[in-house]
Amino acid sequence: MAEYVLLLYAEDGERDRWEEMPLWVEVTKSLQEAGVLVDNAALESPEAATTVRVRGGAAEATDGPFATTKEFLAGYYVLDCADLDEALRHAARLPLARYGAVEVRPVVAGWGGRG
Amino acid sequence: MTESPDAVVARVFRDERLAVLATLIRQVGDVQLAEDALQDAFAAAVEAWRRDGVPDRAGAWITVAARRRAIDRLRRDRSIAERAERLARLMRLEDGRPDAGAVDDDRLRLIFTCCHPALAMPARVALTLRMVGGLTTAEIARAFLVAEPTMGKRIVRAKRRIAEAGVGYRVPGRDELPERLRGVLRVVYLIFNEGYSAAEGDRLVRGELCGEAVRLGRLLAELLPGETEVWGLLALMLLHDARRPARVDADGHYVALHEQDRSLWDRDEIREGLAALARAKGPGEYRLQAAIAALHMAAPEPDWTLIARLYGTLGEISPAPVVEVNRAVAVGFADGPGAGLALLAPLLDEPVLERYQPLHAAHAELLRRAGDVDGAEGAYRRALEITGNEVERAELARRLQTLRG
Repeated sequence: MAEYVLLLYAEDGERDRWEEMPLWVEVTKSLQEAGVLVDNAALESPEAATTVRVRGGAAEATDGPFATTKEFLAGYYVLDCADLDEALRHAARLPLARYGAVEVRPVVAGWGGRG
Repeated sequence: MTESPDAVVARVFRDERLAVLATLIRQVGDVQLAEDALQDAFAAAVEAWRRDGVPDRAGAWITVAARRRAIDRLRRDRSIAERAERLARLMRLEDGRPDAGAVDDDRLRLIFTCCHPALAMPARVALTLRMVGGLTTAEIARAFLVAEPTMGKRIVRAKRRIAEAGVGYRVPGRDELPERLRGVLRVVYLIFNEGYSAAEGDRLVRGELCGEAVRLGRLLAELLPGETEVWGLLALMLLHDARRPARVDADGHYVALHEQDRSLWDRDEIREGLAALARAKGPGEYRLQAAIAALHMAAPEPDWTLIARLYGTLGEISPAPVVEVNRAVAVGFADGPGAGLALLAPLLDEPVLERYQPLHAAHAELLRRAGDVDGAEGAYRRALEITGNEVERAELARRLQTLRG
């Protein structure tokens, strides 16, 4: 088993699709029940972002996202899957995959707080 | 006469490399590690067999030797991921425990892994030739006209990507199989076409790709004998390949099928191709193309009505302008040029096909046969304007010239 992060990218104005909420709930619940879901979250829009850099020993905070792009990170899922195929299959079930894009990235084993 | 130990090593390498490698990848859990261990084992075999004689079961000897080499490498290299788990798994096999994963043929696992959609198409092609076909990096580089280091990097990156992205070493389940198999067949056909469409200068080197693709097709037919399109593709490749010696004349010009010297066709390949075609049941893209090729080859004046019908079915499964144009040509022969022209009419109104050369060439040919010399002249000129290929240009110019002859 390996962990995968599913990074959800969508264009501005496309994240408030309330009508698809039942679909999100359904997919998330099924991932939970299958014991696949490790973590997930929806993110506030990039306007709410603050970006921090430490330069010359001093922390600088700037208003806004790290990079301004047409499609932005709207949320993520962390899943525990047997292999890439399984992660891709779950990614394709997310409603956002139909209009945005889901980037699937393996998590490096042995790092991070979860151990 | 007994074989020399070196000859046995060469033979075992040729006959058993794929099966041993495919199993080893599953057991050690890494493509690169398995490949390195297998190479070590063959090197060791050369020495050991010269010294002690060739063992009875040479293939099994290689398998065990390669597994031990993999264990050595795992013990030495602390940077290998999941080292302890892998070692434990291999040690269980060393203790003579049954090999739990040996349900499906490992060769199928390897094929589906090399052709995984997570890899870019050029990487799939290179990796399949390297891992399944057993070609060297140098041979693949030569066939694809790229520098050897470039090809080497492509293959290394593909192997790393399989490990890092976590591509599973498995045969797709029933629900995924049709889609994934289509992907595998596309890789094999691409390899074939790369060799088949090679220009004169590199014809010899790249022609080997046709032979390699046919070998892959035969292997797939052996491993998945119930799949229509596997047989269809094998038939299609064999029927094309059989005509390879007749496709180019002594001056290096291409010769159209109906003008080819049929005595140059490879009879064994035709026989094998027709047998493969008979094994393909039900409709399928490759099967239909193979059936059309077989009809063209059966007689200098083929059954155009049947060919037109097959193109009709093909167009329903996978609609494409080239299929429609070919259907119109076949109908033009079966029911007269007027019927063919009627089928072309909607295509000629299609703005996206304005610069599609085969459409205008076919249009010109049908107009000529219908007796419309002016119309045919216009269409030939149109086709000539947009053709990018010298051989085609010469042929179109020749036809244009004879129009008013």
